[in-house]
Amino acid sequence: MARSAEILLEIKQLVKNYGERNVLDDINLEVRQGEVTVILGPSGCGKSTLLRCLNGLESVQGGTILYRGQNLTDPGTDWREVRQHIGMVFQSYDLFPHLTVIDNILLGPLKVQRREKQEALQQAEQLLERVGLLDRKNSYPRELSGGQKQRIAIVRALCMNPDIMLFDEVTASLDPEMVREVLDVIRGLADQGMTMLIVTHEMGFAKSVGNRIVFIDQGKISEIAAPEQFFTKPQSERAQHFLDIFQYDH
Amino acid sequence: MNLNWNYIYESLPLYGEAMWLTVKLAFWAILFSLIVGLVASILQHYQVKGVQTVITAYIELSRNTPLLVQLFFLYYGLPKIGIYMSEMSCAIVGLTFLGGSYMAEAFRSGIEAVPRGQIESGLSIGLSRLQLARHVVMPQAFAISIPSLGANAIFLLKETSVVGAISLMDLTNLTRDLIGMFYRTEESLLLLVAAYLVLILPLSFLLSWLERKVRYAEFGD
Repeated sequence: MARSAEILLEIKQLVKNYGERNVLDDINLEVRQGEVTVILGPSGCGKSTLLRCLNGLESVQGGTILYRGQNLTDPGTDWREVRQHIGMVFQSYDLFPHLTVIDNILLGPLKVQRREKQEALQQAEQLLERVGLLDRKNSYPRELSGGQKQRIAIVRALCMNPDIMLFDEVTASLDPEMVREVLDVIRGLADQGMTMLIVTHEMGFAKSVGNRIVFIDQGKISEIAAPEQFFTKPQSERAQHFLDIFQYDH
Repeated sequence: MNLNWNYIYESLPLYGEAMWLTVKLAFWAILFSLIVGLVASILQHYQVKGVQTVITAYIELSRNTPLLVQLFFLYYGLPKIGIYMSEMSCAIVGLTFLGGSYMAEAFRSGIEAVPRGQIESGLSIGLSRLQLARHVVMPQAFAISIPSLGANAIFLLKETSVVGAISLMDLTNLTRDLIGMFYRTEESLLLLVAAYLVLILPLSFLLSWLERKVRYAEFGD
């Protein structure tokens, strides 16, 4: 990763509380163009909350998030505008059940971005082709498998032409045999130079696709390291412990 | 039991007229209740300040007082402060006042049943609150609400049976009158039950057909 690439996101001293509980504490992170950042950490450590803050789905209590220099923690932030540049994919896919695949994908481009129908449709079809689901464009979400739904959800976010993609445990509710088809799509995006923040529990994937690993524990970043380094000799005891648990499982 | 078929035959035109009145009342009451309910549930859901208290007060007042009392208030109470309405208007306003809150509650439960994730994924592609309601929340909420909206429609049709209290000649009032005049109790009650069934059964079938159709279009099950 060229360290000279443009900084897209700059998170400084970010603090998030749920009432008394401190969920994110003094988070500092820079994300450069084309970088694939994998966020790891035990359940409830705040990693999903961090992604949600970057999409305006959570309020923050302190610090700043700069996107291309624009402060997103400013209360006047036009999130509708920002969300067109920062796409997000969720664990539970959340496709709109009453719309066909193609209508799910086109809702944003047509209603939010007010693009030409033909042009948006063409892009949607190209993206569907890329994830191998062009033949399902007129299907309803209920007719698709979990893995297919998640690939459609990724296409739906991509069709807005975002600069950054946020993936929040996108394979966590999938059957094991469907995990791969979704991870392959994300890997393809990485190869094309998409800037991504990925929260996952797929360690092998994290290792091979991530440019760097951010390890969060109890709301704090306790380690930022290159994957080789993180997975072979993590600096903190907590990270070591975390990796041990996963080794045990597999 | 010996029914006088001739009496039944001769009463049919009167029952026909009363049925028509019941249908008109129910039609307007259901239509206006749906509108009131939809508006109230949306305002309540989006927590429009000030309006919310008014709507809560309306729903509580409407659901916790008998329709009969509401009709008395409209018909005998309001003229005391100079507001006069025809019997028909009183009945439609009263039924709408009652039905609106039931419809609002049905819509509300539909809106609340739309999963949080739907709203978040809608927001994440940049939809505005209004677009979210229009394209994501309302179509799903409506499909979820249909069974209770339908039950409320039938409930309102049946509730038209109290409008005799403000001297409208609906099915129930007509029956009461005829029994008083001719003492043909069995025949009159039989006609009354038959008339309500003729109105309600088709409505009920229509509603279950609509429910299946909309649910399939929305969720495919």
